[in-house]
This record gives sequence, C-alpha cells and structure tokens, in this order.
Amino acid sequence: MTENAFEHGEVDKIIESHSHEKSALIAVLQEIENSYGYLPAWTLRQVSEKLEVPLIQVYGVASFYDAFHLTPRGKHLIRVCLGTACYLRGSTRVLEALERELGIKDGETTPDLEFSIQSVRCLGACALAPVTIIDERYFDKMTPTKINSVLKRVQRKNEKS
Amino acid sequence: MVTLTIDGVKVQAQEGSTILEVARFYGFNIPTLCYHDELTPYGACRLCMVEVDDGRRTRLVASCLHPAKEGIRVKTHSQRVVEGRKLILELLIARCPNSKTLQDLASQIGLEHVRFKMESKDCILCGLCVRMCAEQMGSGAIGFVGRGQKREVVTPFRVSSDICRNCGACMYICPVVELQCRGVKSPGEVCNSCLVITPQCVEKYDQVMCTLDSCGACVQKEEE
Amino acid sequence: MKKVRTHQELVALRNSLLENRDPNKPCVRVCISTGCRARGSLDVLQAFRDEVTKQGSGTDVDVKQTGCHGFCERGPVVVIGPKEIFYQGVKPSDVPEVVSKILHNWEVVDRLLYVNPATHQKVLCETEVPFYKMQTRRILANNGRIDPTSILDYIAVGGYQALAKAITAMSGENIIDTVEKSGLRGLGGGGFPTGRKWRSCREAKGNLKFVIGNGDEGDPGAFSDRSLMEANPHSILEGMIIGAYAIGVNQGYLYVRTEYPLALKHLQIAIDQAKECGFLGKGILGSKFDLDIKIIRGGGAFVCGESSALVASIEGKVGEPRAKYIHTVEQGLWNKPTNLNNVKTWACVPLIINNGADWYAKIGTAKCKGTAIFSLVGKVNNTGLIEVPMGTPLKQIIYDIGGGILEDKKFKAVQTGGPSGGCIPEELLDLPVDFDKLTEAGSMMGSGGMIVMDEATCMVDVARYFLDFLQYESCGKCAPCREGVKRMLEIVTNITAGRAKKEDLELLQELAEMVKDFSLCGLGRTSPNTVLSTLKYFRDEYQTHVKDKKCSAGICKDLIEYSILEDKCTGCGACLKLCPQQAIQGEPKNPHTIDPSKCIRCGVCRDACPFEAIMVN
Repeated sequence: MTENAFEHGEVDKIIESHSHEKSALIAVLQEIENSYGYLPAWTLRQVSEKLEVPLIQVYGVASFYDAFHLTPRGKHLIRVCLGTACYLRGSTRVLEALERELGIKDGETTPDLEFSIQSVRCLGACALAPVTIIDERYFDKMTPTKINSVLKRVQRKNEKS
Repeated sequence: MVTLTIDGVKVQAQEGSTILEVARFYGFNIPTLCYHDELTPYGACRLCMVEVDDGRRTRLVASCLHPAKEGIRVKTHSQRVVEGRKLILELLIARCPNSKTLQDLASQIGLEHVRFKMESKDCILCGLCVRMCAEQMGSGAIGFVGRGQKREVVTPFRVSSDICRNCGACMYICPVVELQCRGVKSPGEVCNSCLVITPQCVEKYDQVMCTLDSCGACVQKEEE
Repeated sequence: MKKVRTHQELVALRNSLLENRDPNKPCVRVCISTGCRARGSLDVLQAFRDEVTKQGSGTDVDVKQTGCHGFCERGPVVVIGPKEIFYQGVKPSDVPEVVSKILHNWEVVDRLLYVNPATHQKVLCETEVPFYKMQTRRILANNGRIDPTSILDYIAVGGYQALAKAITAMSGENIIDTVEKSGLRGLGGGGFPTGRKWRSCREAKGNLKFVIGNGDEGDPGAFSDRSLMEANPHSILEGMIIGAYAIGVNQGYLYVRTEYPLALKHLQIAIDQAKECGFLGKGILGSKFDLDIKIIRGGGAFVCGESSALVASIEGKVGEPRAKYIHTVEQGLWNKPTNLNNVKTWACVPLIINNGADWYAKIGTAKCKGTAIFSLVGKVNNTGLIEVPMGTPLKQIIYDIGGGILEDKKFKAVQTGGPSGGCIPEELLDLPVDFDKLTEAGSMMGSGGMIVMDEATCMVDVARYFLDFLQYESCGKCAPCREGVKRMLEIVTNITAGRAKKEDLELLQELAEMVKDFSLCGLGRTSPNTVLSTLKYFRDEYQTHVKDKKCSAGICKDLIEYSILEDKCTGCGACLKLCPQQAIQGEPKNPHTIDPSKCIRCGVCRDACPFEAIMVN
C-alpha cells in the first residue's frame, strides 16, 4: 500500500473513531489490518504518534497477536484448522497437500501474492472436521484429494473476474 | 511491621515489602536472574521461587513479587525448590551455554551436566535491559517483540532506534552477555572452574587469580 | 422499540407478545449458526421463506432463523414447531416438499428424519432423539428456539424477567446470597465459586469496578461459548447486568475471540437492542442503576483466555499474564476491582434468579451443582453440544448420548479440558463428570471440550499435538513454560520419530513436574497435564515407541510403513496418479507396489483407493 496523504487521512479517521483511546490500540490495528490486508510499517508509526503509545509497544502488540501481519498477504487466504477434532480427522495431511501444491509453507504467501496459507486452531465448527476456509467460505470434511480441485475452482473464478 | 518465618528463623518486615526483599535483608541466599532492586520486579526467571505455608496450604510463589505477610512460613531451599531451580538453570544453560553468570550459578547450585540439545543464544529474556531502558534511562527504545519461541528483545522494526542514546545501560545490566565463560570444553558440560573451593589457578600462580575480572587463568593450562 | 420502564411494563409486553402468537401455527426453525451455515443453511432459510410465500398465503407458516441446536453433525438442522418435527441434513431442494407436506395436514418427509442407529427406528420429535432426550438443557434450553437477533423472542420466552425481579425486588446482598446458595461454580473451567467471587469484588475497596464476560474460548475442540453467544446472546447480557447491579459496577466488557464473527455480530445486535429497550444505559427499569457494556474483539492469542492476560489485552497491551498474588477481584482492569466470569456462567444467573437457588442446586453432586456443558467431538457417532447434570458418568455421555464409537471401533481414551486437561482411559469410564473428579483423575473440566479417541489414536502423538499447540500459544515470558514446554515437545517428538533414548521418559516426567510447579500462569502450570496423564495411563505405549520403535496405532509417520495388499489391489492406478513422490509403480490391471524409500506417508493414496487395498503397518 502506497503511503500518501490520503492513506494517512484514512488511518487518522480510524484512530479518531476510537476517540484516541490508548487502550483501543488492538481495535485500531484490527481495522487497519482489515483495510490493507496487513500492517504496513508506516501505519504503526502513525498509530504510535497519534495515540501517544511508544512505538516499541505498538510494534510489540503487532507482533504478539495472530490477527496481525507485518508483511503483505495473498489475495486468497486459505485457513486450515488444526484444532483437536480436525487434527484427529487428518487435517495435517490437508495442510501438507496444500503446502506441496502451492510450494509454500504454513504462514507464507506465494511469490505472486495470490495465496496465503494460515493454520488456525479451532474455529468452533468441530462437527465439520476437517475444516478449511478459503476466502471466508467454509469447506467441511476436507481431504488432500479434494483440496486440489477446490484450489483450481478458486483460481478459475479469479481468471474470469 | 509484620512477623514471618524464613527457614525456621523469625524475622520482621515492613508492610508492603516482598519476601525476597526481607530474605535478602536478613542474608538468606535466594538466587535470581531477572531481579534488580532498582527496577520493577518481573517474575520471569522463576529462580526466586520459595515454598510458602500460610496456615491453610503450602504453595510455590515467586518471592520477588509475593508480599511478606503476617505469619507465613517460608522455605527458601526445600527439596522441591532446589530441584526445580537446578532444572530451570539447566534449561537456561542449554540455551546460553557461554554465560559466566549462568555457569557460576550452576556450580553454586550443584548442577553438573546439561541433558538437552545445546543451542547458542545470548539472551535469556529476563527483561532487565528493557526495564532498565524504560525505568532508569527514561527511553523505552527496546522491548519484547513476538510470542513464545519467537520472543526477543529488539528495537522497533529491528533498525537503529532514534530514541536510543547509546548509554550502554542495557549491556551493563545484562547478566548473560557481558561475562563470557571460557572454560566449557564440550557441549553440555558445566565448567565448574571458577567457583570450586580450590581454583586451578592456585597451582599455577601460587595465589587465587579470580580477583581479576575474567583473567582466564583457569583455562590457561589448555591453551599452553 | 419502546423503552421498558417498569417491571409491569415488561410483563405486559410479554403477555401481548404471547397473545399475538398463535401457539398452533407451524413455525419452521432453521439453524443459521456457524456449523449449519457452513453447510448452506442460509440457502435453506431463504428457500423456506420463498416457498412459504409461493405455496401458501404467506402467513400460514412462520419461518424463523435460530442459533445452534447442538447436533452439528446432522446439519443443516430444521425443526418444525409446535410438533417439534426434527429434520436433519436439509437441502434447499428438499424445501418445497417439506412446506407442501406441512400445509397438507402436517405430513412428514420420512427421508429427512433422524434414524436411531441402535434401533434403526426413525424418530419424529426433537425431544425423542436420544442425543437430546438424555440431556438436561437448562442454559441451552432456548438455543434453537429463539431468533438470536430478536429481543422480542427473548422477552416472549421470559427474558429479562430475572433482571426486573433483581432490580426492583432484591438488594445486591440478596442476589449474591442467592448465587452463593445455588452453588454455581465458574463454567470457564476453573470452577471457582461464583457467589464468593462476586462477594469479594463487591467488598473490594474502591468505587470504580468492572465486570467482564469471557468469550475467548480458545480450546481446540470446544465450541460451547460460541454456540451460546450466537444462539442466545441476551441470556449472557441479562446475567451480566444482574451481576453488575449486585456488585456495584457501571461498566462491563464482553471479550470475544476475533475468530467468532457471528458471535460478535449477534452480541452487538443484542447490546443495541437492550439499550433501546432500556435494559442497558441510564436508569435501568426505572432504577438509579446505570450500566454500559462494550464488546472487545480478541487479537488472536489463546493465552488471552487467562484472566490477567485478558485484562492486559483490554488495556491495549500484549497478553502477558501476571502473577496472581493480588487477585483480579481486588486489582484487575486498570488496577480496579474486576469480576470476570465465563459467558456460560453469566447465562446461568437469570435462571437462578427466576427459579431460585434450590432449583439450581437440586441436580448435580454434593460439591458441584447444576449442569455442565460439553462439546462432544472426535470418534463418536453423535458429535455436538450437550448439557448434562454434574456427576453424569462419562460412559453415559459417550455411549448413550454420543451413540458410541464411530464405525464400532474400540474406545481408547477421552480428552477433556482442552490443552490444559488430560486423557482419561477406559478403566475410568464410570467417572462422574464434575470439576473435582476430573481434576483428581489428572484432567480438568476446562472449557468443556470432550474429545473421544479410538484405537487408531496414538497417545504419544496426542501429547505431542497438545505440547505443540501450547508452545505456539505460550506468551514466552517465564523460563519454565517457554523452555520447559519446548524441551518436552522435543523429547516427545523424538519418541514419535523413533529417536528416543531410554532416559527420556524420566527426563520428561521431571520436566513435567517442574513446569507444573514453577510456571507463572495457568497455561504453563497446566501444560504438562496431557503428558502426565498419558504417561500415567498409557506408559506402555510410550515404552513401545522408545524400546521397540513401533507405533501400534499406526500414526507416527517415521515408525510406520504403507504397503499395498496384493489380493485387494485391482491395478486401477488411482493411487499412482496422485502420489506426490511418484513412489507407486505398477502396470494397469495388475497389483501395484509402493517404494518405501520414496514414500512420505502422506496418506493421499489411502484416501483415493476405492478398495481399501492400502495397509499401514
């Protein structure tokens, strides 16, 4: 995301909407992550300045929680649940198949910024195990063989639009 | 003032003081790594844990944080405590084997061998530098970043900090990096040279050399 | 929505709602909670709305969205009231038939009914389905009955009556006495007596105090908090308002995991509606009591389920727990007295006020009153959310409600309490579930996760799984947890990889005991539980891994080998095509073989084989 006056203004608006409260740091960062898909370094500096929270604390919070990412993410986010119920029903094999297919590891993004893989621990849909979410769409009872066809479907939809 | 018992000895303490403060005042030896009396106690190294019996139950508490309360009975060196301290130190040496502070502490406590796969980090995440920078130097240029195994002490974005004044207080207070032990010969070994009753240097030099800082005399035999 | 200003106005409102509702009118209730939603229940809901308009006059059948019924395995779940006909696995294509049959004198679509696997009989009503019949649903009673986005639905079933009673006819002391007498203990897993906690907070020094609802259910395998927040958010709010009134608090927070978007949405709608009706805000129900509740979204960290880490998170800091020599009830959020309870615990409060302490305490055991909620998952036939009296034997839960082990395999262990809990073996199946009995057995109640494992589960691998989870989620502040869990994981991983040394089991035990005693917070202190309980009950399995380098459950990749059974393989080539390592060879229509040196045991071939010809040994 290019840093310019307009973007600075957008971030300012987010900070203002939380009344400049220091304790709203996490909520502010969540909204910035929502807008940009990750937390560009300049946004952390701006938040530190405007909220009057030391930069090291902002950086610390951004690096502690799973909801935050300091590098850009892929257009399509694939979340594989590794919660206990899903694990026992073989979700690690789904993750491994994904890693093989896309050539990246858990937590990484493909060089063309198309896909990101993120393992998560329990989305609360345990009866559907193993669960995989692609772009907010839930897939239940996922297997390594199914994952390939699902990926192709997502890519095809992409090419059309 | 409150009255409590430490290792069977009745002592008195100001209300609001911690068990560690009282114990040290009276000369009881409780080892610590992340504690400094000029900085806020942190409770992370867990070496200062002691057994406290408050009349209803006995539990292990961090003496650097737990208040000295009326009537409690404290044990600073029960078997559970000593065994636990040894194991924590063993874990820390497996992480930072070349720290003289850790090696000396291990010798004092009777640790002889490390059973884990050795690493060679140089930080035990005690947070003394972070608190020093924030509380004594008023800067806050460094801090903890990351969670769990990824936790480390760095500046924001790992670049030169524009609020760091290069005062060196962080290095001064660090228990691990400053003093390097040069006596460890093989991985997992605890050196045991400097704090044994008869240091090797006496044989060579007719006197104990450890009054000099890191003289290295204890390892000179090897280098000859 | 008009403000409700007195108890009488609330009663009048409820009566008018009930009068305007025809109890005999068919009402289609479609579950739109996360589980059923993932299977397309939103499309089913829309299909019903369309069909009812198309086929009838548009007003002869009500269509309502509801929250989680609990029987997620069978979703999308649809129940037709007032006859409570239970339909499972409903698709949009089924809807026209369902609607026409209802309008046609309550005929039933047979193929959508639940079939009892024991008797092979079809079951008509929800209450007759064994999964539900054997439960005692008190907290979950209205899940699946009301529209979670409608405060009027909640009021119609008696919602906010307890609040009205508490505020107009009871004192703070009264309320706390009642909660204490009921024996309610924290359902977040700690099991601390709730009344006592409220009393300490009320008596703590200071005028500025807070209440917090903990909805940060991070235990993998547990989804009872999610279910309740999605299906009946007002029950949680009502409990918090009553509690805040009793303790003397004017600001409350609901801390909800960011991974639960639907729960966040429904809770916010509930708060906005409660404010509109005057159950939140200034001068609640004509009293001088003010309360505001704000939702805080978690940042994504399991450790924030721990109360001091949660408090740090609300303050905008990292979720680092703090040593608890000064309790949260005395110095919590911003160092002010704070009463934190799990959302399920808050939801019990209106029930206790409405029905009385004795009613609550009449079921349960001597020291653990009331009901417990479990997410029953894993290798059971019926997975889902259940509510049973404290003291119900494990065997009854797993076999009578859970319907026994999947595919008739053999029961091996049940894991309770999430990563902080432990594994309970077959010999303890008669154990009555309550806080203390589970802790005695080396496990704990925790968030209510109950994961059933069969003979194809490797207990050493289970220990490895939970240690891996805890290592990832540990905040890293204290040395015992950060270094100890890491080394325990190293040892257990070595055991699963056939690299173990014979001293490893003793070292593992030593580490486990130290981490349990010396860690700073609950996460660290309970992290060794899975290791300790599996070492205690399944030591022989560890021994086999260490001495014989064998995994009898066939799970540990480095200790197993895949091979193709010659007499079952038809040479169809399905496996060969999919093998990512090109480890399979063979001519078409002839038995294929796997080259063990290339095989990475990924399992893709086993999934693909239609003849079960691939064996693990």
